[in-house]
Amino acid sequence: MMNTIDLENSDVTELNQKLHDVNGTKDKSEWQILNPKGRHNVAVGIDAPLKVKIDGHVGYYCAGMNKHANVTVKGNVGPGVAENMMSGIVHVTGSASQYAGATAHGGLLIIDGDASSRCGISMKGVDILVKGSVGHMSAFMAQSGRLVICGDAGDALGDSLYEAHIYVRGKIASLGADCIEKPIKSKHQKELGKLLKDAGVNDIDVSEFRRYGSARKLYNFDVDNVDVY
Amino acid sequence: MLEKIIKKYLRESATFPLPVIADIQRAARSGIYDIRGFGAKRHLPSFDDLVFLGASMSRYPLEGYRERCDTSVTLGTRYAKKPIELKIPITIAGMSFGALSGPAKEALGRGASEVGTSTTTGDGGMTPEERGHSDKLVYQLLPSRYGMNPDDLRKADAIEVVVGQGAKPGGGGMLLGQKISKRVAEMRDLPEGIDQRSACRHPDWTGPDDLAIKIQELREITDWEKPVYIKVGATRTYYDTMLAVKAGADVIVVDGMQGGTAATQDVFIEHVGIPTLPAVRLAVEALKEMDMHRKVQLIVSGGIRSGADVAKALALGADAVSIGVAALIALGDNSPEYDEEYRKLGTAAGYYDDYQDGKDPTGISTQSDELAAKFDPIKGGRRLANYLRVLTLETQTLARACGKSHVHNLDPQDLVALTMEAAAMAKVPLAGTDWIPGKNNL
Repeated sequence: MMNTIDLENSDVTELNQKLHDVNGTKDKSEWQILNPKGRHNVAVGIDAPLKVKIDGHVGYYCAGMNKHANVTVKGNVGPGVAENMMSGIVHVTGSASQYAGATAHGGLLIIDGDASSRCGISMKGVDILVKGSVGHMSAFMAQSGRLVICGDAGDALGDSLYEAHIYVRGKIASLGADCIEKPIKSKHQKELGKLLKDAGVNDIDVSEFRRYGSARKLYNFDVDNVDVY
Repeated sequence: MLEKIIKKYLRESATFPLPVIADIQRAARSGIYDIRGFGAKRHLPSFDDLVFLGASMSRYPLEGYRERCDTSVTLGTRYAKKPIELKIPITIAGMSFGALSGPAKEALGRGASEVGTSTTTGDGGMTPEERGHSDKLVYQLLPSRYGMNPDDLRKADAIEVVVGQGAKPGGGGMLLGQKISKRVAEMRDLPEGIDQRSACRHPDWTGPDDLAIKIQELREITDWEKPVYIKVGATRTYYDTMLAVKAGADVIVVDGMQGGTAATQDVFIEHVGIPTLPAVRLAVEALKEMDMHRKVQLIVSGGIRSGADVAKALALGADAVSIGVAALIALGDNSPEYDEEYRKLGTAAGYYDDYQDGKDPTGISTQSDELAAKFDPIKGGRRLANYLRVLTLETQTLARACGKSHVHNLDPQDLVALTMEAAAMAKVPLAGTDWIPGKNNL
């Protein structure tokens, strides 16, 4: 059964409370959210395998800290979509503002359009696939997980990167401190191929991507690296 | 003989005293700034520069052991469905598992719980041991978001958004490689043994308008149950307090420059921020200006050591105080019984500040299993509870002397200053005068 909440007649707190009523269960019910009209904090803190479809644009932190749920936004999202996501899938059919997938620990974030600056900042295990391009400082201090960029990347990609894997198909304005290109081995092609498949991207070949990762030169302070700190 | 000659005839430079010479030589040898723990060591205007005007002819004191002087405090009454009720106005500040050993964190929880107050997580997430031993636990949301997850958020009794801390306003966390053990690395999703430098800015908001939405998100995730604190290092405290109120804080934590740290550059600790004394007064002024005093609660920290400090902070308008370094000292940090071991590390009891090294012989600020095993969390908890009781008794003693039946009834009129600096900073009169520098004429 499809549950429909119209945010013209209900507020975000009521909506989130209804979604939280099944937190910790295996409830797989479907929810449709109408008229979000840029509201913030829509569908945050879900902890159940719900299927949530949001018809329209949303503001900040949509699907923040998501666990297990499959959330689709039919529109654009504001800053911090799927921030600190633990698991599940968040799919944005439009474009995303800053900090998409910030600090997220797990799950899959798919952005069909572009993502603005700091996409995947401090990511901690999430997989992010952007079909368009990303802005500057994306994957800043990214700790683990995979960031796949089918378009171009802005300045300082992967600055102060830890162990996250970055794949870019297009051009990169510049790499950040301690981020370097690395060879794509078969295991990387395999993980990249799976990510593209999971995100429903069937028309791009893994061979079109280049891989970037940490040079690991800044992991421990060395006075000889002082120029890049 | 030579020592006598040195003391009698040789003259030490005031500009280049021995510790400064040692600093310059250390810098020249290593090429890196000095990183250390503890708090500011320089002399600063402090609560010591204020004294209470006990009751006399014009005021009526309370009987020391007969008449009740309440110490309870409720935090988070503005928006939270479940505010925190504390029996005493003294809380334990955020200190991470990583900076401190597991048994030390356990002891903090045990001690705080025994006397009915709260403890706080730190940069590194919540451990089951810490949650298990803390009746009331405040969960910090820091820029690094290490270990941050919605389950722990819901397990917490309050959430503290850390914008900054007194030891390093404008600086991020730091945990050097020697303390990134396997467990710490796993909790923080980092490789073992690397120098962990957490960001100084939050990853998903950039100003008070964004923060208001962020706080709303935290409230939505936790169904508006938890009080949300905002912690700032004391700098532009008047404006920061106003912005924190605007952003929707239930509680504001202002940490003065004497506030402790596990690892920060010495230059940061000693030269950034303002002392706790003026910070309290600025925060209270801002709250009063917005008609939010006592509606948004104020916790003050940074160099709180005694019941006198607690009472003076409350008299200036704070609702509670928070302690960090003093709590560690209560657990046994810098204890003379470890002097021999401190000396092997090139320091001595009373001087130890190398919390960043992980070699703490007391087992408190270490991730070495061997050293941590030396620390008894039950005894440590008991010592902390004793200390918190003494702080509370001292605070009550001073409040009763001023005729107050609740420690919150202390007010600035109960205080005078011993120095012009303290009078100007706290805006209380210089003792024996009506003069408040900057407010009226002598």
